[in-house]
Amino acid sequence: MEIIKTAKLTKYYGKARGIVDLDLAVAQGEFFGFIGPNGAGKSTTIRTLLGLIAPSSGSALVFGKDITKEKEAILRNIGYLPSEAVFYPGMKVRDVLKLSADLRRKDCAAESKLLCERLQLDSSRKIEELSFGNRKKVGIVCAFQHRPDLLVLDEPTSGLDPLMQKEFFDILCERNRDGATIFLSSHILSEIQRNCTRAAIIRDGRIIACDRVEALSKTSAKRITVHGRVDLAQLSGIRDRKETKDSVSFLYSGEIGSLLNTLSAGRVEDLTITEPDLDEIFLHYYAKEGETV
Amino acid sequence: MTLVKHELRQGKTSFLIWTASVGFLLAICIFLFPEMKGQMEGVTDLFASMGSFTEAFGMDRLNFGTLTGFYAVECGNILGLGGAFYAALCAIAILSKEEKEKTAEFLLTHPVSRRRIVTEKLIAVFIQITAMNLIIYALAVGSIAAIGETIPWKELSLMHLAFTLLQLELAGICVGLSAFLCKGSVGIGLGAAVMMYFLNLIANISDAAGFLKYITPFGYCEGADIITNGSLDGVLVSIGAVVGICGIVIAYLKYTKKDIH
Repeated sequence: MEIIKTAKLTKYYGKARGIVDLDLAVAQGEFFGFIGPNGAGKSTTIRTLLGLIAPSSGSALVFGKDITKEKEAILRNIGYLPSEAVFYPGMKVRDVLKLSADLRRKDCAAESKLLCERLQLDSSRKIEELSFGNRKKVGIVCAFQHRPDLLVLDEPTSGLDPLMQKEFFDILCERNRDGATIFLSSHILSEIQRNCTRAAIIRDGRIIACDRVEALSKTSAKRITVHGRVDLAQLSGIRDRKETKDSVSFLYSGEIGSLLNTLSAGRVEDLTITEPDLDEIFLHYYAKEGETV
Repeated sequence: MTLVKHELRQGKTSFLIWTASVGFLLAICIFLFPEMKGQMEGVTDLFASMGSFTEAFGMDRLNFGTLTGFYAVECGNILGLGGAFYAALCAIAILSKEEKEKTAEFLLTHPVSRRRIVTEKLIAVFIQITAMNLIIYALAVGSIAAIGETIPWKELSLMHLAFTLLQLELAGICVGLSAFLCKGSVGIGLGAAVMMYFLNLIANISDAAGFLKYITPFGYCEGADIITNGSLDGVLVSIGAVVGICGIVIAYLKYTKKDIH
């Protein structure tokens, strides 16, 4: 069953573009990544799915329910972590968590306590005393404490220290194993690469690629780094060439045979050939038509 | 009713400060009355001969020497303005503050319909305004008893009822405005309250501007009219009720469709 399914989902803010003709499908139990730079339409997509804003055209189903007609039923099973978690000032952390649970008409006290312990969040503190990272933790507990079937996370790790990021992803993976579907929006590619099974790349409001993460990272190109002296002038299929004093590094998508011939003609001290990482692929996807990366 | 409770808790400080301030000023005014009563013979004549100024505050038709006359002018202005300010402030921010403070993303991603949010927030505003007026009414009754005057139950109750209705109407209008706002809004709320107040003063001064009485809720709060007639003006109150309800309906229509940023 598809947990999220959008069809030509479009949102314009007046004349300004939000998202255009977005077709997205996330299956049950998937750990889905949503990658794109700032302003590409990630948050617009999420806000539309959550019913904060109404689509200009197109449609979207979450849990097979229409986002405009059955918003409350959908939200009941969603945990949402906004990129910037803001809460009511003057309230204690535990009051906020209680309020969130009460608004869901659910008793989440046990789960909330567990999460606070794992994230080392002191629930007796006041919201305005908290650092950005600690406020984020409150957001995490609010999103997780009712054990939702779908977790929508917008830039979840900003503000968290590396240890907390690890704990956060541990919890996330546990939930995923227990059957929850994860929709993770991020511009940190390593996060997506490490955790997600599938991902979509969004640019200028449109999905430009959507596939398994390995497939997205897999192109015929290799990252070649050569220490020594070689003459690459005759070699075609080179991109993203970076040179230092005694080494050269480039993305190569030409024939391996001619690469080896060229290298053997030069004086090579050291050589590494690796798969390009998602960052490099990402730049490739983001290179606008006519530009080279 | 989670949200009602939450709103009441959030608005507690503001409620206490406004109720205490208006109640305190009103009580002081009442306690001044015995001292002024003796000197009032001349004052009433003086106040009655200040031309437009006299008419603006309805002092041509009120006797300053009596508690009701004194109360209608002095205390009426305190409760009228103070109550209107509080009601306007309370209502203008009720929806828009979520966006201004960026808490909308938290609140609206919970499984609570927009309609329910408006309803619960309206109930909270209604409770706060009603509670404030009840407390102030009790304070007024207590203060009048304390200075040893007979309590003019009917006039007093009618005046307080009129002001409560005024505040509720103003709150209805402001909630309607609130649905359209997403940034600072305090100025608009206070502006609306002050404008309504001055419209009534103008209506009192000029016969040509008398129609303004039908626009501003202060029209049916005029102490002079209430005391002279011994009742509220049904037409004005009905118009006010319709206006207030319109504001609320607009709030529902707008807020249920609003894009939250």
